[in-house]
Amino acid sequence: MPSFAIRMDGLTRDFDGLRAVDQVSLEVPKGHIFGFLGPNAAGKTTTIRLLLGLLEPSAGRAEVLGFDTRMEADAIRQRSGALLEHTGLYERLTAEDNLEFHGRIYRMPAAERKSRIQDLLTGIELWDRRREPVGKWSRGMKQKLAVARALLPRPELIFLDEPTAGLDPIAAAALREDLVSLASKDGVTLFLTTHNLSEAEKICTLVGVIRRGVLLAVGSPAELRSRRKGQQVEIVGRGASESLLAELRSLPGVRAVDDQDGRLRIDLETGAEIAPLVSRVVAAGMQVEEVHRGAESLEEAFLAMVREAGEEGQA
Amino acid sequence: MTADIATVLWKEWKEILLFRSRAGRLGNALSMIMLLAVFGIYLPLQSGPEWVTSPLMLAAWAWVPYLLIVGVIADSFAGERERHTLESLLATRLPDRAILIGKIVAATSYGWGVAVASLVLSLITINIAYGSGGLLIFPTPTLLAILGLSLLISTLASSLGVLVSLRASSLQQAQQRLSMSSLILFVLPIFTLQVLPETIVTSLARAAAGADLTTIYAAVGIVLLVLDSALIFAATARFQRARMILD
Repeated sequence: MPSFAIRMDGLTRDFDGLRAVDQVSLEVPKGHIFGFLGPNAAGKTTTIRLLLGLLEPSAGRAEVLGFDTRMEADAIRQRSGALLEHTGLYERLTAEDNLEFHGRIYRMPAAERKSRIQDLLTGIELWDRRREPVGKWSRGMKQKLAVARALLPRPELIFLDEPTAGLDPIAAAALREDLVSLASKDGVTLFLTTHNLSEAEKICTLVGVIRRGVLLAVGSPAELRSRRKGQQVEIVGRGASESLLAELRSLPGVRAVDDQDGRLRIDLETGAEIAPLVSRVVAAGMQVEEVHRGAESLEEAFLAMVREAGEEGQA
Repeated sequence: MTADIATVLWKEWKEILLFRSRAGRLGNALSMIMLLAVFGIYLPLQSGPEWVTSPLMLAAWAWVPYLLIVGVIADSFAGERERHTLESLLATRLPDRAILIGKIVAATSYGWGVAVASLVLSLITINIAYGSGGLLIFPTPTLLAILGLSLLISTLASSLGVLVSLRASSLQQAQQRLSMSSLILFVLPIFTLQVLPETIVTSLARAAAGADLTTIYAAVGIVLLVLDSALIFAATARFQRARMILD
């Protein structure tokens, strides 16, 4: 049995001369939560469609749970669940009927189906509303139900396209907990796309950054953060003048200085000293309240990666 | 495969019966009641005992399932695409054929079921109104023809509807194309008879007059069977997951 849930090897997909996915190669080990990050139209949804065998690659190949996406797509869909771009719920049907239909599709025995539906609907606090047509529900409620539907047949691998979109913070946090528990306790592999980078940082064990179909980086969130060279420092206080900002920008080791309402964000070269910089700021008359040595967040690393890739593309 | 078809059938039946909205549901129920009332009560009362003896009554039964099915079948794929449920359905383990056949069988069983219910109701009506002791019932060949041909016509409406719905980019387009296709289907035989040379029309009429009813029923049945098979084959060829996603 392969130890990876997903393996892509030069996976490519063209649409009428436009390359949506460009020679993507990566492996997602089983039991991991993989976050696929990228701006709009980066190729995330196309990649999910390719992995589910809903589209054929123009070049390259992919294996999901050991099955070839081109030749054995039925076996992949048998073992995986998906919440795609839209919830895909039947709005005329009740919540219970939507789950019942999905349970029947996956040939769950009637008794197991019934108890699993009750467990899932109770878990997302929708059991009392199970007989309502879902068309009348809010987006958040539909999203919760769609996630429950993907989990219903206990698949080995789940594709989730923006799973917490439309959820309130409490529901989003609860879902994140459930997803982490699914991966850690049940060994389920999750492949999710999200625009919420702090969410990806919290729950993903592995992330990939894609832009215009090209995979820019893959690694754990910590690895991606550390890949960026340099360091940051944030100085909070009052009295930062334009001349101070200009002086700081001219110092050796300083890459950029940005003033955001009394918060000076300073990008430094690796190894640049911070203490002399703070002394210079104090000497210039700024009343310093706080100094933070910045660890770059995944969001910052992501934005920088996408920006740099854009600049390289233009050059 | 049978279990998968039954699963699709279960969902389709629920959707057909619940129909799109409260107004749609009411409209759907009303059209069903209207058809039952017209073909099960009004027409039998108007026709009298001839209702069960005249072979011309067979033509009436062709319309019952057709009218019902064209009202719902355009929604089968075009509606799912429009409501963004199609991609999620295609992402499940359901085989292509189960989805396609499930949708055809659902619409066929709906139209044919109501036709059979109307038939039973019409027999009850005619016996209550004109029975006078004896049981009024269709001659066996006519009864079998009604059941068989209405089933084939139901399949024709469903498979044509599914094919049109598969090819349409929106529900409205599917409905328009289905109306146009239905019109062509009914007008074409009349138009063909008009453009054929008179000698051929006369010899066809002679052959029909000389043939017994069973032969005519069988000939119509064979033509419908060929049409049904061709349409189902075309729909199967058209139903490709990748194409459905990109359309």
